[in-house]
Amino acid sequence: MTHSTKINHVEVEMRRYTRRQTIKTLGAMAGAAMVPSGMLAAARAFAEESPWKPEPGASIRMLRWKRFVASEGEATEALLKAFSEATGVKIRLDSEGFEDLRPKAAVAASIGSGPDIIWTIHADPHLYPNAMLDVTDVANHLGSKHGGWYPIAENYSTRDGKWISLPYTFSGNFLNYRISQMKAAGFDTFPDNTDDFLTLMLELKKAGTPGGFALGNASGDGNCWAHWVLWSHGGKMVDANDNLVLNSPETVAGLEYVAKLGKAFIPGVASWLDGHNNKAFLQGACSVTNNGISIYAAAQREGLTEIAEDMDHAYWPTGPAGVPTEFHVQFPMTVYNHTKYPNACKALLAWLMEAEQYSKFLESSVGYLSHTLTEYDNNPVWEADPKRKVFKDTTLRSRSFAHEGSLGYAAASVFADFIVVNMVAEAALGSKTPEQAAADAHKRAERYYKI
Amino acid sequence: MNNRNLVGLLFMLPAGVLLLVFLTYPLGLGVWLGLTDVKVGRPGQFVGLENYGWLFDDAVFWLSVFNTFLYTVVASIIKFALGLWLAILLNNHMPFKAFLRAIVLLPFIVPTVLSALAFWWIYDSQDSVLSWVLIEAGLIDETIDFLGDPNNARASVIAANIWRGIPFVAITLLAGLQTIPQSLYEAATIDGATEWQRFRKITLPLLTPIIAVVMTFSVLFTFTDFQLIWVMTRGGPVNATHLMATLSYQRAIVGGSLGEGAAIATAMIPFLLAAILFSYFGLQNRKWQQGGRDD
Repeated sequence: MTHSTKINHVEVEMRRYTRRQTIKTLGAMAGAAMVPSGMLAAARAFAEESPWKPEPGASIRMLRWKRFVASEGEATEALLKAFSEATGVKIRLDSEGFEDLRPKAAVAASIGSGPDIIWTIHADPHLYPNAMLDVTDVANHLGSKHGGWYPIAENYSTRDGKWISLPYTFSGNFLNYRISQMKAAGFDTFPDNTDDFLTLMLELKKAGTPGGFALGNASGDGNCWAHWVLWSHGGKMVDANDNLVLNSPETVAGLEYVAKLGKAFIPGVASWLDGHNNKAFLQGACSVTNNGISIYAAAQREGLTEIAEDMDHAYWPTGPAGVPTEFHVQFPMTVYNHTKYPNACKALLAWLMEAEQYSKFLESSVGYLSHTLTEYDNNPVWEADPKRKVFKDTTLRSRSFAHEGSLGYAAASVFADFIVVNMVAEAALGSKTPEQAAADAHKRAERYYKI
Repeated sequence: MNNRNLVGLLFMLPAGVLLLVFLTYPLGLGVWLGLTDVKVGRPGQFVGLENYGWLFDDAVFWLSVFNTFLYTVVASIIKFALGLWLAILLNNHMPFKAFLRAIVLLPFIVPTVLSALAFWWIYDSQDSVLSWVLIEAGLIDETIDFLGDPNNARASVIAANIWRGIPFVAITLLAGLQTIPQSLYEAATIDGATEWQRFRKITLPLLTPIIAVVMTFSVLFTFTDFQLIWVMTRGGPVNATHLMATLSYQRAIVGGSLGEGAAIATAMIPFLLAAILFSYFGLQNRKWQQGGRDD
């Protein structure tokens, strides 16, 4: 919890693990985690027919973000180990909180040495595209084999026609609500448009069971919901040519909407960071909020059956923009140019994203993380629990945070500086008029989208 | 004579190199980065004072400057007053003296991040223990929005900083108090000095050099505070608690604009220098310390 750019569930996890870094050498864990023989056989078969033959004596250093679901971490480690045993490629896996991982990834890019593969976050590869190994062949191979990539996944990973990363997974962030309280407020199903959603929130407030959304500098939940507010009414930071167009009537309309919505919030949301809504929801104090599947998972894990049974997830309501306007966080796999074993890296990533392995990844992620290849819509993980269902469409419904401009430094800086979050918070709290909030945010963004 | 100087220089060389490598170079690099548009992972170009130009027009930057000053001034004054009071109390003879003194150090020993987490809970918007006690006592009706309202949030983080900073002030001043010869107090008592006069004429003047050092450090620590804010509010709500240090980190490391972050950090240097010079010249350099007379 102490550091990291995080999405909500990371917050929960980090409170428990305060060590900055855990380094695990897979070889050293041989005794701890046995590789199932099926997995090993699959890896051997793949090694036989894979278009990428690992270089002799190859060894890979991989750095990933600190897992936020233990089962996913273990499954990924087991997969790496199986690959290692089948191909003889040595793999060392390190992990790091986001706030340390991202600068490390950038430094590795600028000095041309460090891990061979980094599993990172957002669109960071676009900040140092020249340090990225071209993985177009792997992407095309996987795409043609498994139903193609979702457009947003391709958008996030390609630059000038080249794939500079593999869009490994997205973490869904949807509405979490209490079924009984929604019904008591007069709705049988969760509203699918912004007007009804506003009515629901106001009714919930009237009934004494308010919902709430983080208005503090919450990098996960805050960004997800604030971008939805902006986009749902047709506002956007930049147009397709990266011209700053934030201060628009559409943005102001979104902020006027959130000014009304804000009146329905539970007191205290102004200080909410990523973990607060989880806690409030699990305590039964908050009826509607936005989050990954972590609240539901925690309710199940901690025996809060009443809440687990009485809650469900919903898509974000569609606003005047007329299309889904959601933001979900992406976690791409990146291979660095400086690797001495490009084929081993490519073989590993291709193998991890093959149906059998990826299925293990999805299952172990229990809905936290979603797929990027359309064929995996059919994965049983999405049918295993109806309350997980919306998370299947995470990648389908997501936009990039740079929408609708290009991914790069300007978009990353505007995002990291909480410009949209602060703008929405100002309007929701009434500390500025919608017009003023939009104008001020526009001015802040000019710093990055230089005019 | 020349030779002796040369040998002297040689002896100083290791220390000089250490200072150069570990202090001057990073500082110089920081100042230099502030004059470039370097990003994390991408070399930049010299842009002169452009970063400062942008910051000059940046309302969030000025808000962080205001917050930093408010935070430093209020917290330092209160830390000093309470710390001195605590030091004087602890200087008295009492049972369990050593134990009590050890306890006072606790807030200082606990890692900042842990104490910040504890305060995070104390100030929680839904189930703060403070709000709970006040509600149960019938004093208030609804929970206090400690970190949600800008002014409450500022007061709350300042309170946390004070809690954390008092032990350093108290224990150091206590050490200073114990260097004051008891005979001075005895003589003053015989002369009929009241307690206040003894404090005013003996304790305070003799403690001044220590106060100067303690307060210089205390101001520096407070001015550059980062962890408490980062854990408790991340600079929110709507930047109301962003300090220059947290804003610098947010822009440089999280946002990747190393140049701009370095410029914000560099902008702290003049204020820090001013604080040091003030306490150095204002408090420390008294003539009586060199055996002269204060006139």
